[in-house]
Formats: sequence, C-alpha cells, structure tokens
Amino acid sequence: MSRIQTAFLDLGLMDTLSGKDTPVHRLDPRAKLLTTLIFIITVVSFGKYEISAIIPFFIFPAVMMSLGELPFYYLFRKILIVIPFAFMIGIFNPLIDREILMRIGLFSISGGWISFCSIMVKFILTAGSVLVLIACTGFNSVCMALEKMGAPRIFAVQLLFLYRYIFVLIVEASRMANARALRSFDGKGKGMKVFGYLLGHLLLRTIDRAQRIYLAMLCRGFDGEIRVNRHLEAGMREVIFTVAWSAFFIAMRVYNIPLIAGSFITELIL
Amino acid sequence: MSHHIVEVKNLKYTYPDGTCALKDISFRITHGESVAVVGENGAGKSTLLLHLNGYLMSGNGIIRIGDYPLTKETVKEIRRTVGMVFQDPDDQLFMPTVYDDVAFGPLNLSLPPEEVDSRVENALFTVGALHLKSRPPYRLSGGEKRSVSIATVLAMSPDILVMDEPTSNLDPRARRKLIELLKTFKHTKIIATHDLDMVMDLCERTIVIHKGQVMSDGPTAEIFMNQELLAESHLEKPLRMQGCPVCGNK
Repeated sequence: MSRIQTAFLDLGLMDTLSGKDTPVHRLDPRAKLLTTLIFIITVVSFGKYEISAIIPFFIFPAVMMSLGELPFYYLFRKILIVIPFAFMIGIFNPLIDREILMRIGLFSISGGWISFCSIMVKFILTAGSVLVLIACTGFNSVCMALEKMGAPRIFAVQLLFLYRYIFVLIVEASRMANARALRSFDGKGKGMKVFGYLLGHLLLRTIDRAQRIYLAMLCRGFDGEIRVNRHLEAGMREVIFTVAWSAFFIAMRVYNIPLIAGSFITELIL
Repeated sequence: MSHHIVEVKNLKYTYPDGTCALKDISFRITHGESVAVVGENGAGKSTLLLHLNGYLMSGNGIIRIGDYPLTKETVKEIRRTVGMVFQDPDDQLFMPTVYDDVAFGPLNLSLPPEEVDSRVENALFTVGALHLKSRPPYRLSGGEKRSVSIATVLAMSPDILVMDEPTSNLDPRARRKLIELLKTFKHTKIIATHDLDMVMDLCERTIVIHKGQVMSDGPTAEIFMNQELLAESHLEKPLRMQGCPVCGNK
C-alpha cells in the first residue's frame, strides 16, 4: 500500500475516534475548545527555562485520553510526525545559550539545553492537547464551535472545506502515484521532474473540481454565505468542565506544584 | 402550479476558447415528461444541461423554464425550479455531513429551521438514506453517495430534475435501485446519459444530439429501432434490443 493511502486510513481513524460515545465525546465542543485554548495559553506562558512546573500539565491530555478511550500510541505517532518542526526551532538554543544553569554530579547543563527541553515539552503538550481535542470532538464540530464562538465565518468554512476535500485529494493523489509506480522501472520515472508534472496536474484537477463544486453550490442557491442548521447545547456539565479545568490550569501556572511537593517531602524527611 | 415546461429555442453556444459546443438546439419538454438526452462524448450534452439552470448563458437563443425566460433576474427562481444532479457526487456533496449537505439548499431558501429539518428527513427518506444522516459524505459508497446527491436536490422541491449520467459508476444492483427510485418521481425529468437500457426503462422520449445539433427527437422506441441514426450518432442499440449471445437469437 502506498504511503498516501496509509495517510488516508490514518486520517480516517481520527474520524472514527471522534465518533465514539463517551462522557468526553458528549460534551459540547465549545467547552472542550475553550478549555483546550486556556490550556495552551497557560502552557506557553511559562518562562523559557521552566520544565518542572509544566510537567503536571500532562494530567489534562492523560485524563481526556483515558476518559475518551483514545489510543495513546496512535496520537503519540501523530505528534512524532510534526516534532521535527519544534526540534528545528529549539535546536539552536544550546549553541547560543551556553551559560551553565545546573549541575548534576559531574554534568553541567547549559541554559540552552534547558530551554530546548522546555520548548519540546511545551510543544508535545500543546500539539497533544489539540490532537486529543480533535479526536474526542471531530474536526467538523471543532470548526462549528469556532464559528459559534465568534471566529470569522470564512475561516471556519475554509477549514471545513479543507477537511472535506482532503479525502478526495488524497484519493486522487494516490491514484496518480499508483499509476506512476506501475509504470516506473529501476528508478526511472520516479525523478523530481515527473513529480513536478504530477503536482501540476493535481493542481489543475483541483481547480477544475473547485469550479464544479462552486457550480453545485450555485445550483442550490448559494449566495456567498454558508448556513448550517445546528444547535449546540451547553449545560451545567460544560460549565463545570470548563471552569474546573481552567481553575486547575491557572493554579498550576501560579504554584509550582512539583517544587512545593518536593520541598514538602524534603521537610518531612529532614 | 405553473406548468413545468422547458423550452429551448435556437440555442447556440461557443466556449471562450472557440470550441463550438452547441450549434442550434431547439426542443420543448412539457409537464411530467421524462426525456433522455443521448449522444457521443463531446456532443454537447453537458453544455446543454449547464444552460438549463443558468450556469452558462448565451446571447443566442431563448430558454424558458415554466413561466420565466431565463435571464439574470430570474436565475434564482429557476435554480430552485430546476434541480441538477451532477455526474460526480463528490462535487455535489461538499458539506461535512449528509444532513448539512441536504440542508444546504433549503437553508439558502431562508426556510425556518423546523421546515428545513422536515425537508431533509423527507428527502433522505425518499431515497432510502435516512440512516446515513450524520455520516460524512466521503465515508459513503458510490451508490449511497448518488442517493444522497439526489436527496440534496429533492430537498429543494424542484419541479424539474436534470441529471447528468445518473447511473455511471454504480454496481448493477445500485443502478437498478436508482432506476426504480427515479420511476417513482413525478417530476419532469431530463437525463443525459450513455446508459440506453436505462433510457428504455425511464424515458418515453429521447433527444439525440450530435455535434451540437439535434439529430432526432421522438419516442424512445422509434429512435432505438433506427439503426442508421444510432450509428451516425456513435450510438448502439440498447443491449436488451440486441441479439442474445448465448441462444443466438437475433
């Protein structure tokens, strides 16, 4: 199976996960979206040398994953795919910031390495929480929630279309890739030049399809605005969910819990 | 209700790149008729269909749908009257779920939410796809996609149904079910297709188009008996009218 098709099935699994029926899935998407936003803001607001205080934040994705019955390895693999981006952002810190901040036995650790680790932890947390949000809410519902919460409509609609047609695009791309693979021998026909043609062709097909979709929309009275008949209902559960988690995040932001716990235990021992 | 008449008079159309797609097309389809538009690839069938809902407008020729001539002012009303089902359901189903997609048209007609709801349910029920309501369109099979595409159009309660290759890419059973479904519709139907066996089941009248012109317009049975006409228009007799390869009967 080609890698493109694997990507297709992988994306499909995300969709299947969001169709589960657990207490987390049943929550109003807006509550989950807002909580995740607050989570991300509190995580990224930590200083650049902070690591220990951020660690307790792993509780949130962990709880959501277990309540939502989401597979850990699957989501973890998804994070691994994008982790090079964060790596490239952080990797120059150890070269630039060489001031020694910490010594463990014979090892001395520079500020650069600490800030690098901090970036990685923050990245895993934020990317992970967004993946968990999508896996337990569904991409479409997240877009709807965005729109209901006042994000520009055009933005939400663009995201919806992106998600709808990424599947069609993947199928089209994998057909072309297959057609090429079947007629390429000994590495001939696999070069960049042919790849360029494929990509160009895919773009042209996409433009054609966009035109046909627009036509289909016009035929059903499209006038520039996309209307959706959907009611979201938020009750007490949602309020408690959002307020409790947010309070927890803010408490963790203000108090360094591992530090407090550590000094408490040290005090007990001494 | 007004009469669901489709009238095309001396329609000509040349694409901006100079391809002359329609040379001179005239016909009149009356209330409740079921008409097939057949012809070879590139004969102008799709171009003709695109004129019927005002996507393409040419200065040459007149199109009347019901009581209105097709103009920029009437195009909105005409698009409600003429329901168009496209060849590729992926073009037609662009919303995140089947429900949203079927509701798209009625919502654009500014109907109240309860009315939209009942129209969606009815349309999906009619095509036997009510159980697919909350599914995303890309997860459906070819036959299911086709049924939902038809529901999206039915939800707007059109008077005239225009379909481009409705049976393409369907397995034989899905095709049969679709034909049975279309038989139950009382709408005026215009179907562009290469599936001449379906035409025998559904359409009492056939218009043959060849190189942008009407070659023949008449009762389906007569047209399909005319071997010369079919050959000239790159068509063949429907399989059912051909000899049986097993028993050798001609």
